[in-house]
Amino acid sequence: MPTTTIDGNEIHVDDEGFMTRYDEWTEELGTALAARIGVEMDDEHWKAIRFLRRDFPVQEETATLRRVATVGHIPTKQLFALFPRKPAKKMAYIAGLPKPRGCV
Amino acid sequence: MTITETAPIIPSFGEEESDRKLAIICSKGNLDMAYPGLILANAALGEGVETHLFFTFWGFDMINKETMGDLKFTMLGNTATHMPQGLGGLPGMTAMATSQMKKSIADIGVPEVPEFLQQIVDSGGHLWACRMSADMQHLEAENLYDEVEAIISASDFIEKTEGAQLLFI
Repeated sequence: MPTTTIDGNEIHVDDEGFMTRYDEWTEELGTALAARIGVEMDDEHWKAIRFLRRDFPVQEETATLRRVATVGHIPTKQLFALFPRKPAKKMAYIAGLPKPRGCV
Repeated sequence: MTITETAPIIPSFGEEESDRKLAIICSKGNLDMAYPGLILANAALGEGVETHLFFTFWGFDMINKETMGDLKFTMLGNTATHMPQGLGGLPGMTAMATSQMKKSIADIGVPEVPEFLQQIVDSGGHLWACRMSADMQHLEAENLYDEVEAIISASDFIEKTEGAQLLFI
């Protein structure tokens, strides 16, 4: 498993760069990860990312876009506006979680 | 062994404007045949692919307000259920098979057809209705799901989806 350094923090990642250890993540790191993919975090972004972080330990998998919309109560349209083009993967990356495995 | 990369590994999110387009022709009105197109459309939109769905012939049932929430699944003619075909013809079998399939779909958190169409539209997908099917069934725009953008001819659809990858379902 490779490691990489983001803002001076050494983190474990998979081959694509998604973090693999839940506990290595902090909100500061989330901000740094977001900046690397061109997302500037504001309160609305954080609502989604915090939902993913809370949901992961319970579900043992990353929430899909539909789950963020229906359970996290953030409308789909807004998720596409906050994290353009590939919202599910971008959110997972910023939240330090694996890519979602669900189809819907 | 741990490999430490000096340059940070950042996933590629395909930021450069991709012109990938997907066109899906939905021609079936059975419950089980409605889902493949919806799931693939949803997946494509989540990957930033411009997606257009064209509803034609029996696929019109997916966008007809009267039928879209009431699509059915039948065992008849479907050997993949691995049940005797004669059973499928018994009264009430289609209703039972339909409610079982709906339950399996709901159990994995996948929405019913109308809600799924809304999710696709909210994700930026485009819904189009086939002109010939509308004429054959004597249906107008007001009979169709509100998010359908227009009733268009087959040639209009081909024109709109120039350069797209195409799926016929």
